[in-house]
Amino acid sequence: MRDRSNMGLKLHLVLFYTFLYVPILVLMALSFNRAGLPTVWTGFSLEWYGKLFTADPILLAARNTLIVALISTVLATIFGTLLAVGVETRHNSSVLDAVLFAPMIIPDIVLAIALLSFFTLLNMTLGLHSIILSHVVFNIAFVVAVVRTRMRNFDHSILEASADLGASEFTTFRRILLPAIAPGVIAGALLSFTLSVDEFIIAFFTAGAGQSSTTLPMQIYAMIRFGVTPEINAMATIVMFVSFTLVFFAQRTDKEVFSR
Amino acid sequence: MTNRLKSVILLGPGLGWLALLMVVPCGLIFTYAFFERGIYGGIDHVFTFENFVRATDPLYLGIFLRSAKIAFLTTIIAILIAYPAAYAITLAPRRWQTGLLILVILPFWSNYLIRTYAWIVMLNREGLINNTLQGAGLIDEPLSLLYNNFAVIVGLVYNYTPFVVLAIYSSLNRINVETIEASEDLGAPAWTTFHRVILPQTVPGIAAGGVFVFVLSIGNFITPDLLGGGRLQMVGNLIYDQFLSARDWPFGATLSMFLIAIMMGLLFAQAVLANRAAGQRGQD
Amino acid sequence: MTNKFTNSFRLPFAWLTAGAACALSAFAGAAQAEKIVISNWDGYMPPDLLENFTMETGIEAELSVHGTNEEIMGKVVAGGGKGYDVLFVSSPFAEALNNLGLVAAIDHDKVPNASNLYDEAKELAHDPGNNYSMPYAWGTTGLCYRSDLMPEPTSWNDLLKPSDDLKGKVTMLSTDRWLMGAAALALGKSLNDTSDETLAAAKDLLVAAKQDLLAYDDATFYLKLVSGEATMVHAWDGWCNYGIGENADIKYTIPSEGSDLWVDALVIADASENKDAAHAFVNYVLGADVGVWVASNILYKTPNKAAMEALDPSLIETFPNMGMSPADLTKYEQLRDLGNGQKPFARTVTEIMAAQ
Repeated sequence: MRDRSNMGLKLHLVLFYTFLYVPILVLMALSFNRAGLPTVWTGFSLEWYGKLFTADPILLAARNTLIVALISTVLATIFGTLLAVGVETRHNSSVLDAVLFAPMIIPDIVLAIALLSFFTLLNMTLGLHSIILSHVVFNIAFVVAVVRTRMRNFDHSILEASADLGASEFTTFRRILLPAIAPGVIAGALLSFTLSVDEFIIAFFTAGAGQSSTTLPMQIYAMIRFGVTPEINAMATIVMFVSFTLVFFAQRTDKEVFSR
Repeated sequence: MTNRLKSVILLGPGLGWLALLMVVPCGLIFTYAFFERGIYGGIDHVFTFENFVRATDPLYLGIFLRSAKIAFLTTIIAILIAYPAAYAITLAPRRWQTGLLILVILPFWSNYLIRTYAWIVMLNREGLINNTLQGAGLIDEPLSLLYNNFAVIVGLVYNYTPFVVLAIYSSLNRINVETIEASEDLGAPAWTTFHRVILPQTVPGIAAGGVFVFVLSIGNFITPDLLGGGRLQMVGNLIYDQFLSARDWPFGATLSMFLIAIMMGLLFAQAVLANRAAGQRGQD
Repeated sequence: MTNKFTNSFRLPFAWLTAGAACALSAFAGAAQAEKIVISNWDGYMPPDLLENFTMETGIEAELSVHGTNEEIMGKVVAGGGKGYDVLFVSSPFAEALNNLGLVAAIDHDKVPNASNLYDEAKELAHDPGNNYSMPYAWGTTGLCYRSDLMPEPTSWNDLLKPSDDLKGKVTMLSTDRWLMGAAALALGKSLNDTSDETLAAAKDLLVAAKQDLLAYDDATFYLKLVSGEATMVHAWDGWCNYGIGENADIKYTIPSEGSDLWVDALVIADASENKDAAHAFVNYVLGADVGVWVASNILYKTPNKAAMEALDPSLIETFPNMGMSPADLTKYEQLRDLGNGQKPFARTVTEIMAAQ
C-alpha cells in the first residue's frame, strides 16, 4: 500500500516538474528564434546570444537585479525569521498579525507611490539602495508567514530544557531553534529571492533615474513598445543554465562533504 | 538578558522596518482618500467623503467578487497540485531536498513577461498544444485555450504553485516520520494516517501557501491582460489604473483601503478556521 | 539527525552570503558623476545617440527607461521629477505635466534645430509654438489587417461590429484613450468629448464589441496577424509596419471616419538642475540624422522635415503609411488632457472593462 502510494507521489512529482519546465523549454527555444519576435517561430539563429554579450544595458540590469534580490533576501530573511520567532514565542496579537499581513495585501502600486513620495519628502537620493529598502518590506511578510508555519506546534519545552541545562539564549537559538526551523527559513529565503527578481512596479518607482539603478524587469517592460527581442530569452536561458549548474554542483559537493 | 531586551532584539528590526517603510508612507497615501482629485492629477486639499461613497458602487464590488472567484479557483488548484509534490519532496533523501526545492523555484528566476509569452506560444490556436493534439489525431479543430478565464487560471497556477510547495514543504518537513510509522504499525490504513496524522499538522502550511496564491493572484494584472486578452479585470488592475491611467490618487487610495479591509477580514477568518481545524483534527 | 539536515542547508546559505558580500562591494563602487538623465522607452532612439551626443557636446548623458506613459507620469508626479532632465512622453501626458508645472519652458534660442521641423509641427494643438515640448514622432491610429484574408476595411464599425467571419479574429487597443477613441470616431464625435451622452453611447458600442474580440492587445497585436490568430487589429501605424515587415500581405488603413493624430514629444523636467545641457540634448535630437534613424528603424513618421526629405524612398514603397504628408496628418484631432472630464471618462472605461 505504502509503496504504491509512494510510486503515485513520485509520478506526480515528475509530472509537476514537467509542467514547470515545459514553458521554460519553449522560452529557451525562442532564444534561438531568427526574427526578433517573442511569440512566433521563424527559424534557427544564434544571433541573439551574440547581441546579448554586447548589450550592456541588459547585462547591467541583470547585475542590478541580482544585487537587489540578494541583499533584500538576506535582510528580509534575518528580520523575518527573528520576527516570526518573536511573534510565535511571545507576542501574539491581532494588531501585529495585521501589520505582518499588510505588505502582502497592499497593492504594489500603492506601496510604490507611497515609498517614492516618502523618499521624496525625506529628500533622499534614490538608487539601488532605495529599491532594496522597499523590497525588504514585502519580502519580510512572506518570510514571516513561511517561518511561522514551521513555528506552529513547535515544542517550546525544548527551549526551556536547553535553558535549564545552562545554555545561553544565543546558543539555544543557534543550536536548537534555528536547526529546527531551517527548512522554513530556506523556503522563505527562496520565496523572497524569487519575488524580488521578478518585481517591477515598486522597483520602477523607487529606482534612481538612470541606467545604474535599472533592474531587469524594468528593462524588459520598457522594451514592450518597440519589441521584446529574444535577447531576453537568451538572458533567461543563461540564468537557468548557470543556476542549474550551481545547484547541481552544490548538491554534488554537499554529498561528498556531508554524507559520510 | 531581560525579557524586554529579548523582545526588542527579535521584533525590533523587522517591525521598525515595516513601521518606517510601510505604515508611515502608506498611512500618508491613505489620507489622500479624504481629498479631491486635482484637475490634472495630484491632490486638491479639499476635504470630502465622496470617494468612499463612490467606492461602495456595486461596479467595484462586482470586480472584486469576480477576481476573488478566479483567485480562489487558482488557490484550490495550486494547493491540490502542490501538496503531493511537497510531500513527495519530503520523502526524498534529505540531501536531495534542498536541490529538489530549488528546482521547483528555478524556472521563476526567468522573467514573468517572457514566461507568459511562452504560454501564449503553447496555448494559441496555432500553438504547441493544439498542434500536438491535432497531430496525434485527438482533435479535429483547434481548441480555444487562450484569451479566456481558463488561460488566466493556468497562468496564475503556473506562476504561484511553487510558492505553495515552499510553504507546505516548510510545515511538512517538521513532521516526525515516527508518528507516521507508529500510526501504520497500529494498523491504520494509509488514508487514515494521512487524514488524522499528517494533514492536521500541515494545515498552517496549506493556509500560508493558500494566502500567497490568493493575494498574489487577485493583485496580478499581467496574466489577465496577456493570457486573458484583457477581458477580465482583476482588482490589482483596477487600482493600478486609478493611480496611473485615471490619475485619480484619492479614489485609488480609497479602493485600496476597501481592498485591504476586505482581505484582512478574510485572512483573519481563514486564520481562525485554520487554527480550529489544526486544533480539532490534532485532538480527536 | 538535526545536525545532518542543517548541514545540507549550510552550503547554499554560505553561497548566498558570499554573493551578497560581492554584491555589496560592487554596489558601493557605483559613484554618481555629473550628467543629464533621459527617460525614454527602450529602443526608441539610436543606440549610439548618447555616445555621439557626448562626443559632440562634451555633456555626459545617461538613459533611464520606462514602459508606459502612465508609469513615468506617475513617477514624475510622486517624485517631483527629481533626477530626470529630459523625458519622452506622448502629447496628452506632456500637456498634463505642463499643467502640473512639472516641465520647463523651452528656450528657442538654445534649440536652433527646431527649424528642421515642419511648419505644421510648430502649431500642434496641445502646444502651439512649442512652448514646453518638441515633437519627436507622430502618426495615426487605424486598422491593420491581412489583405490576403479579407477585403480592405473602410469604417471603424468594421472593427466594432465585425462581420461573421471576422468574429473572434479582431483585437482592440485597451489603453483607455485609444479604446474610447475608436468608438468616438465611429459615432462621429470628438476624441475629447466627455459629455454624458457621448460616454454612454461609446460604452454601449464598446461593450457590444467586446463580445466579438479575440482579445484586447496593446503590445503584441501585430504578432497575432503574423501568426494568423487575428485577421484585423486596431493598431498604431508604426506597429502595423512591424507586421508588414514580416508579411507583405499585412496592410494598414485609416477608416473613413478618420483617426487621431498621436504625437510623442520631448519635454525638459522642471526639476532638471542642468537645463542648458537638457536643451542641448533636445537640440541634438532634432538634428536630421536622428530623425532619419527613427523613421528607418522604428518605422514611425517624424515631424522632422529635414529627416523625412532625406529618407530612402524604398522605405515608403514598403510602408506606404510612412509617406503621409504633414498636411494630411494634421487634419486629425489630437488626444488632449481631459481635465475634469477624466473622472467620468475613467469610470466609463472601468465599466467597459468590467462588463461580461
